Amino acid sequence: MIATFRIPGAGRLKQAETARFSFDGQLYAGVEGETLASALLANGVHLVGRSFKYHRPRGFLSAGAEEPNALVEIKRDAARKTPNVRATVQELYDGLTAQSQNRWPSLAFDVSALGDIASPLLSAGFYYKTFMWPKSAWKNFYEPKIRAAAGLGVAPDQPDPDHYSARFAHCDVLVLGGGAAGIAAALAAAESGVRVILADEQPDFGGSLRFESGAKIVGQDGFAWAQGAVAKLGAMDNVRVLSRTTAFGYYAQNFVGLVERVSDHLQSPGRDLPRERLWQVRAKRVVLATGAIERHIVFADNDRPGVMLASAARTYLNHFGVAVGRNVGVYTANDSAYAAAIDLKKAGVGVAAIVDLRDNPTGALIDEARALGIEVNFGRAVIRAGGKLRVSSMTVQPKNGGGERTIPVDAILMSAGWTPSVHLFSQSRGKVAFNDETKRFVPGTYAQDCVSVGACNGTDGLSATIDEAYAAGAKAAKDAGVKNIGANTVKGTKPKVDASESWSRGMLGAAPGAGPDTTVKAFVDFQNDVTAKDIRQAVHEGMRSIEHVKRFTTNGMATDQGKTSNMHGLAIAAETLDKPIPQVGLTTFRAPYTPVTFGSIVGHARGPLFDPTRKTAIHPWAEAQGAVFEDVGQWKRAWYFPKAGEDMHAAVDRECVTVRKTAGLFDASTLGKIEVVGPDAAKFMELLYTNPWEKLEPGRCRYGIMLREDGFIYDDGVVGRLAADRFHVTTTTGGAPRVMNHMEDYLQTEFPHLNVWLTSITEQWAVIAVQGPKSREIIAPLIEGIDMSDGALPHMSVREGRICGVPTRLFRMSFTGERGFEVNVPADYGQAVWEALWTEGQNHGACAYGTEAMHVLRAEKGYIIVGQDTDGTVTPNDAGLDWAVGKKKTDFVGIRGMARPDLVAKGRKQLVGLKTRDPKVVLEEGAQIVGDPKQAIPMTMIGHVTSSYWSENCGRSIALALVAGGRDRMGETLYVPMPNATIEVEVTGMVFFDEKGERLNG
Amino acid sequence: MLLIRCPYCEEERPELEFRNAGEAHIARSADMAATSDDDFEKFFFIRSNPKGIIYERWRHMHGCARFFNAVRDTVSDRFLMTYKAGEPKPAKLPGASE
Repeated sequence: MIATFRIPGAGRLKQAETARFSFDGQLYAGVEGETLASALLANGVHLVGRSFKYHRPRGFLSAGAEEPNALVEIKRDAARKTPNVRATVQELYDGLTAQSQNRWPSLAFDVSALGDIASPLLSAGFYYKTFMWPKSAWKNFYEPKIRAAAGLGVAPDQPDPDHYSARFAHCDVLVLGGGAAGIAAALAAAESGVRVILADEQPDFGGSLRFESGAKIVGQDGFAWAQGAVAKLGAMDNVRVLSRTTAFGYYAQNFVGLVERVSDHLQSPGRDLPRERLWQVRAKRVVLATGAIERHIVFADNDRPGVMLASAARTYLNHFGVAVGRNVGVYTANDSAYAAAIDLKKAGVGVAAIVDLRDNPTGALIDEARALGIEVNFGRAVIRAGGKLRVSSMTVQPKNGGGERTIPVDAILMSAGWTPSVHLFSQSRGKVAFNDETKRFVPGTYAQDCVSVGACNGTDGLSATIDEAYAAGAKAAKDAGVKNIGANTVKGTKPKVDASESWSRGMLGAAPGAGPDTTVKAFVDFQNDVTAKDIRQAVHEGMRSIEHVKRFTTNGMATDQGKTSNMHGLAIAAETLDKPIPQVGLTTFRAPYTPVTFGSIVGHARGPLFDPTRKTAIHPWAEAQGAVFEDVGQWKRAWYFPKAGEDMHAAVDRECVTVRKTAGLFDASTLGKIEVVGPDAAKFMELLYTNPWEKLEPGRCRYGIMLREDGFIYDDGVVGRLAADRFHVTTTTGGAPRVMNHMEDYLQTEFPHLNVWLTSITEQWAVIAVQGPKSREIIAPLIEGIDMSDGALPHMSVREGRICGVPTRLFRMSFTGERGFEVNVPADYGQAVWEALWTEGQNHGACAYGTEAMHVLRAEKGYIIVGQDTDGTVTPNDAGLDWAVGKKKTDFVGIRGMARPDLVAKGRKQLVGLKTRDPKVVLEEGAQIVGDPKQAIPMTMIGHVTSSYWSENCGRSIALALVAGGRDRMGETLYVPMPNATIEVEVTGMVFFDEKGERLNG
Repeated sequence: MLLIRCPYCEEERPELEFRNAGEAHIARSADMAATSDDDFEKFFFIRSNPKGIIYERWRHMHGCARFFNAVRDTVSDRFLMTYKAGEPKPAKLPGASE
């Protein structure tokens, strides 16, 4: 198809390659370097989407990031489908495939457009009102229907194959926006030698110089000057220039988030290129040069495809060389649309008429339009746009009423004036101020070290803009406080403006013909389908705050963040409320300025890189043995070691029986380990643990309990005293970091007088537990320098020596109730020592056992696991551990909290054992316990099951539970109601196996 | 992301390196066991949660690992100053807003 709307000689893409692309399956030709919007317009395509709520046909409103209508899906392959891409931003490449959204069965014939006819039902707040009855219908009928009918694109259904990178950067001056103002500010700052970053969202720098044909700077066309200036900046060592980069968020202390679109514009991005790059920039000073956005005019059917912003039509013509129609109408309330009419007329496009709301405006642009023979009408309004899938006419009327006249057109260019882009300023927590004369919000009170220049600051005219920006850039560089500037300094001068256009005011709110006495569809917010009538209705229904009006109507809440709609919505609300605009106030701008992909935020932190995986030194051996692993925090732990044909149940039963019959090897390396060293080490231990430590002899161990100040159990573990001034403390696997933090906190802030050093040694020592009657026989042959007899190495003792020729800290301790040892060796020797022990173990019929068997074995002995049998509300007394609290101690963390009235009251939940009446039934962990199963629902719950297992050694199920007044209920029958049955249980002691503890020395 | 000055490292570092540790200048009694219920309640449970200036503890977790105190405005998130643990509550604040 021939691109019939391309104007020979116009635009800046003359040397570009042809790019073929498809839209909704239809093939077209475009030019590389233009946007998808430009290419479609060149082919005469205006209809590109259906609206969110009413499914009205929509075209292009803009030529930039503010676009509310032209959202399409870009599909590279099955996994690379990006919904809601603004066609006005997407650059064309050869082979691009785009599809319209939110329509069925086709864009031109969409059955849901019936929603437009039924629109009285869908007015503001319709979600809250229309569908409330009957109640169940919301969930089953209305919501699914609305969700199917309303909405925009479809989320991709496969993992994103692209990768995204991230950079941190620091600079002295960060300039956001690369139009005339931003470039001038960057030049001034860069010439002083400071580090500058200049970023702009477009592929080409220049901002409004892309379309402003009347601008001349330093004797050149404005856009050409911009290219030269940016090339000069890019060549400077102290400057980084980022195009296609949107500053989306302005955070505390001049921290700005930017997304650089690296490869979305490329036909076949190399695998080494990220799709996007997130820049997190910390700047000493920020210069905001974000420009202004043109507003549409709020009149009936102003959303018909072909009705667009005047500056957009100008961009398509002057930058891309594309005419948006053959016979255009212009509707304006300010001068800038005249420039569009003049440019189009000069390019040979018919301009049917200019309709100007103002009564008697004067100026050079108006004179020039007249001189070109364009019909100019003052004091008139376009009260309606004709046509459906494409605008076909505009109906004009004197603005105070009178005879109508319908003028055939194929496009309407409109301009209600320009809204300064104060989004980033507002995000920086600056307060905007309303200028009553120019009817716009401009930066008022600054909260951070930044400055606004040019159009976003309400500065009119190119000359004033460059003066202001150049001075601000120089000042920002100076204020950044950089010393010894000099070596890089380039002599620069302020760019001289030779010619510029001057755009005066405009209007806010609904135009004549869309006033309070009408019911026409005059759109304020295109993306969320909000009309002037909706905003009035919100006020009439009692919304007074603009924040309520916004939420009730959803005005400005779409992905375009109300870039074109906010001011109109506010003005209509203010008029209806009969209040001045500043009293109604502006809603808050929030990040992101434009939509940001999840990919760019996530960056490389996904899949295996999302969270570190910790593996023990013995992990490869366990893996080779076919162990099944479980995640414990970041650790991978061997869960059980199935033999051929064994399921988990069989493997765990075998492991449990083998440990008690002969022996088992267990990788306990993940246990947290902290070395507490120093002359005051024992004093420190006295304060951090409930137990007494001063009198513990070197070479002995003790089970320690750590509390929080509130008296609840925080952690536990066996502590060995290696020397008078040295403790080897173990913690739970998951608790290691917080225990270390807890200890450091007290040492640094509450007990800084103690001379103690804390060192995390979790990673330094691999720990091999050897447990079972044969454990000593397995270890002894490999040990040097430690007497392993019961007399010399009794239960709960620790010795230093050597095993397999490497140093060891050998603990005699048990978490199984069997005679047991924990062999600590430097982690690098972990696997070698494990293998040596394994070989010895094989001679005695030992097995390797995993965490599941470890859990069962400890439960058989009633040993608790902090975090499973305790939950942060359990005291030592509740857990039956009063024996571990030093009765004579005068202070330790938790001593006072433990004595609080509620913590010593009767009836607290206490840890007890449970035996099911039917020994084969295994309770569910977390199941609730009741006293009387026949009571009315909801029943009074008196406790819950904390641990529950099948115990092959006991030949029955066993469980631990927290039960109110549990220790006074020994032998009582309680009940565990489950969905299918109520399980009868007996309250017992917590020890199910070897109650006398004889096997510790067995 | 905030920039926080570690008074030990004497450098401004990004918030990522730090961890908040709650309100500062809440002294643990030297005779903890004899503390009354009311005093324990004040010590353990009651926090000022002000709109405005807060004195709070931070830890330079991924740096020198030291605990220190900071004065922050909860409205603007601006840090007015930081100082070492154990130092008294500053009598005067630089650039404090009313």
